[in-house]
Amino acid sequence: MIIVAKNLEQTYTSGGQPLTVLADIDLGIPAESFVAIVGPSGSGKTTLLGLLAGLDRPSRGTVELDGVDLATLTEDERATLRAERIGFVFQTFQLIPTLTALENVLVPVELQGGGGTEAAARAAELLARVGLGERVHHYPAQLSGGEQQRVALARAFANEPRILFADEPTGNLDADTGGGVIDLLVNLNQERQTTLVLVTHDQALADRAHRVIRLRGGRIVDDVEPARS
Amino acid sequence: MNWRFSIRMARREGRASRGRLGLYVGAITIGVGALVAINAYRGDLQRAVRAESRTLLGADLELRSRTPFLDSLEALVDSLVAEGAERARVTTLGSMVFAEATGQTRLAQLRAVEGNYPFYGEIETEPADAWSQLTAGRNVIVDPALLLYLDAAIGDSVAIGDLRFAITGTVRSVPGEVSFFTAIGPRAFVDARHLPGTGLVQFGSLVRYAMYLQVADSREVERFLNTHNEQLQGWRIGYDTVAEREEELTEILDTQARFLGLIGLIALLLGGIGVASAIHVYVSSKLPTVATLRCLGATPSTAFTTYLLEAAALGLAGAVLGAGLGVGIQLALPYVLADFLPVQIVPRFSPAVVAGGIALGVAVALLFALLPLLAIRRVSPLRALRHDVEDLGAWYRDRARWGVVASLIALAVALSIWQAPHWAAGLAFGGGVATSIAVLWLFALLLRRLARRYFPRRAPYPFRQGIANLFRPHNQTIAVTLAAGFGIFLLATVGVVQRSLLTQLTLADDGPRPNLVLFDVQQDQSDTVVAILEASGSEIREVTPIIPARIAALRGIPVADVQREDPDPPDRWAIRREYRHTYRDTMTATEELVRGTWWTEPRPAADGPARVSIEEDLAAELRVDVGDRITWDIQGVQIETEIASVRRVDWARFETNFFFVFEPGVLESAPQTVVALVRQPDETLRNTVQRDVVRRFPNVSIVDLASVQEALDGIVSNVTLAIRFMALFSIVTGIIVLIGAVATSRFQRLRESALLRTLGARSHQVRLVLVTEYAALGGLAAITGTLLGVAAGWSLVRFFFEIEASIPVGQLIAIAGGALAITMAVGATSSRDVLRQAPLSVLRRLTG
Repeated sequence: MIIVAKNLEQTYTSGGQPLTVLADIDLGIPAESFVAIVGPSGSGKTTLLGLLAGLDRPSRGTVELDGVDLATLTEDERATLRAERIGFVFQTFQLIPTLTALENVLVPVELQGGGGTEAAARAAELLARVGLGERVHHYPAQLSGGEQQRVALARAFANEPRILFADEPTGNLDADTGGGVIDLLVNLNQERQTTLVLVTHDQALADRAHRVIRLRGGRIVDDVEPARS
Repeated sequence: MNWRFSIRMARREGRASRGRLGLYVGAITIGVGALVAINAYRGDLQRAVRAESRTLLGADLELRSRTPFLDSLEALVDSLVAEGAERARVTTLGSMVFAEATGQTRLAQLRAVEGNYPFYGEIETEPADAWSQLTAGRNVIVDPALLLYLDAAIGDSVAIGDLRFAITGTVRSVPGEVSFFTAIGPRAFVDARHLPGTGLVQFGSLVRYAMYLQVADSREVERFLNTHNEQLQGWRIGYDTVAEREEELTEILDTQARFLGLIGLIALLLGGIGVASAIHVYVSSKLPTVATLRCLGATPSTAFTTYLLEAAALGLAGAVLGAGLGVGIQLALPYVLADFLPVQIVPRFSPAVVAGGIALGVAVALLFALLPLLAIRRVSPLRALRHDVEDLGAWYRDRARWGVVASLIALAVALSIWQAPHWAAGLAFGGGVATSIAVLWLFALLLRRLARRYFPRRAPYPFRQGIANLFRPHNQTIAVTLAAGFGIFLLATVGVVQRSLLTQLTLADDGPRPNLVLFDVQQDQSDTVVAILEASGSEIREVTPIIPARIAALRGIPVADVQREDPDPPDRWAIRREYRHTYRDTMTATEELVRGTWWTEPRPAADGPARVSIEEDLAAELRVDVGDRITWDIQGVQIETEIASVRRVDWARFETNFFFVFEPGVLESAPQTVVALVRQPDETLRNTVQRDVVRRFPNVSIVDLASVQEALDGIVSNVTLAIRFMALFSIVTGIIVLIGAVATSRFQRLRESALLRTLGARSHQVRLVLVTEYAALGGLAAITGTLLGVAAGWSLVRFFFEIEASIPVGQLIAIAGGALAITMAVGATSSRDVLRQAPLSVLRRLTG
């Protein structure tokens, strides 16, 4: 199991009242699998993703990522862990507007101390792989939504992560463009033997996963492995 | 932490944000410019004084006396001259100069020069050889101002006393003297040989005798002074050496420069606030990027360092630009201040000052930038997933933040003390700044509370929305009030101080007061003078006898021994100075009895001591009170007096006022002169009557207050120029800060406005929401800042300058109104963005 969550609970204080957004989450995700987390708005999908990725600390319970208990890590150590082993794709792309496509892809590499012409060549290759070989020096504002998300895909794979977290990656794209992005995501995932954890409420997208975890009201209500197409 | 990444990323971010952070750079540039200019100028000043120290005095030693030098002193100096020293003399007295061609007369400072004065430096004249030709005949060289008053030209002849002189040139500069005052007392140089012939040196005329010595070895001066110090004091001889003059002058000029420096410091501190608000806006816009970087594995310190480096680089750019600006101003300052300076300033590039200014600029930029930058450390990576995520940990638990606040305060206090004329002023300055920030903070909190408590529920929607903006989450009430309010506070303070200083320099025009003063009128001339005045229809307000006297003994102890024998010795100057007494049987309107009794009845014992009344402050300096006895030396006659009363005197009123007033019947027969105060409203008549008196009695001196006021006005406008020049820095920075402060909140409001628009709000509704909010913020900042500024300015004026405070109401309203207008204008401009573009594009830009 590359991800193990035990007895996870997340409670926020809202207007002086405790508000439990996630409770009794126990799950294990094996390496190189493709898991979709689905559920209606407010069911706690994104909160769960944030906890699994170590972006937030749970109120209770533990998360083990690639054999490391996140609770034992400082903020800096968790950041380093993300830099080395984790990739992200966001609903709103989250490209850095002041950097070119190539520079955006290079960020995870450079954060680990890498860089130089070799890294740049590899990043350019990744951009070519997502079909943006001609647009490496464009800024995000000069790219369409689909193109931006493809740059984000290239960035997510730039540090050859062990795990990739995707938060509604098609949420801001039309169906056709979204489909293209998902094809790329799935292919890259298989190519590079990455574990993919994807949050979505797009059933068609969820159907392509090896396993679908359904949340409602902050609890897991269903955990199935749909037949592979 | 990953330095390489931070540097790389900072460079890339800088590439895109150069335009957006222009405000930040500008704020630092102006502050550093002001400080570099002032400090470089201080260096130039000190160098100039040191370089010209000998010429400042014109000799190695100057001896001064109010009476002709005694033979015993002359003998002492003769021995020095015999050993090779050179001697020159300058005798100075007030005299009317009468231009025959134009019929104009004017009081001048007549200087009769004997010998090779000045030994060092040169008196520059127009034409250049006029000084060397002074002794060639009955020539006079005058200040250009005198020519202007007399409507005369070089080559004309003027009457000075009983003699006629030819004007052979004008003075361009006299070493060690400020041209500033020549407008009031223009100088006229003549050869001393002609002085007796003028008949001006008479009884009672105020004459200052000076002797200048040049020696081969300056140690001789020290030896001479050490040996004869006691004698010189006994003979009431004042002296000045090169070192003393240099020290005095450096101190005076440096204090002057430091005051300007404090204004410069204000500009830099304001700049710091500009930095804080610019970086605050910048950081707000960078939060998504930071969150993304954190998701991608940047540690908090790597993310923080990235933006710290960027701020440092921009701060450095701003400081370097500022240093350049400062050097430019350094070149201009000597021209602005030329009339105040007795030395020739040669601006020199000072690497130390420039480096110091740049370092200071970067330090101020970084410290002020740190406050908003520290927030980056607390950005949660979760923000990349959703917008309304709380930061990691509360800001008030952030130790680094309190550390920065403490460093900021320490820096501000250290800078104030370093730049202020003395440490107490620096502390007061720092304390004032801290208090104002605290008060502004409190008022902002209060506004937020009040807006929530008394929320206008029934008001129209846009108005309600605007007021709600004051207390909703992410409100900018405190930030805007602090930044804008502080800027307004400083401007108002400068305004009050400036107005008070200027008012002090202006003669109050309190109705029909005397405008001609005649003095040095001899007793036997008095009747004729009064007759001439009356014939011209002038109104004679006062004719007062004046009797010069010195203290011979205090409470029976001879003056020479008072200092030694008295356990609580009186002020040295007070017992040795020459007094001018008068006698009368009533008190004047400017006097008030404090202690004792006025002489309404005849003296109880006719052979007892004469009764005198003393002025309150002088009584304290002399350590005497009612009942104490003072023996006076009046032209060699000793007169015993007893203090009968103590008076308070309003010196500011235009009357003849005296330290001592004698009862009648004592001084009537003593040698005396007469002072007359006269009012003649008509300018032509005023000129004629002056001419008539001077023609008849050339020894009489007349001051025309109208022309004095004119000269004062000129000086005032010069002072104003210097103050305004430096205040300009604060004003420009203040405006930058204000724009910055409003821009801070603008960013927050942009998204909301776009949302409102999306929901169907019409343009004017959106604009009204913003204008309501900015009007409330700007109004609070303007009112609080102005009141604080008035309080600070008033305290400064009363306790530091010790003069009457004068509040420039119009100017304050202009400052407050201007600030409010700028606040609302920037608010309205920000809404233009929203109103022009499609709401979606704004939303996308802000979220992407």
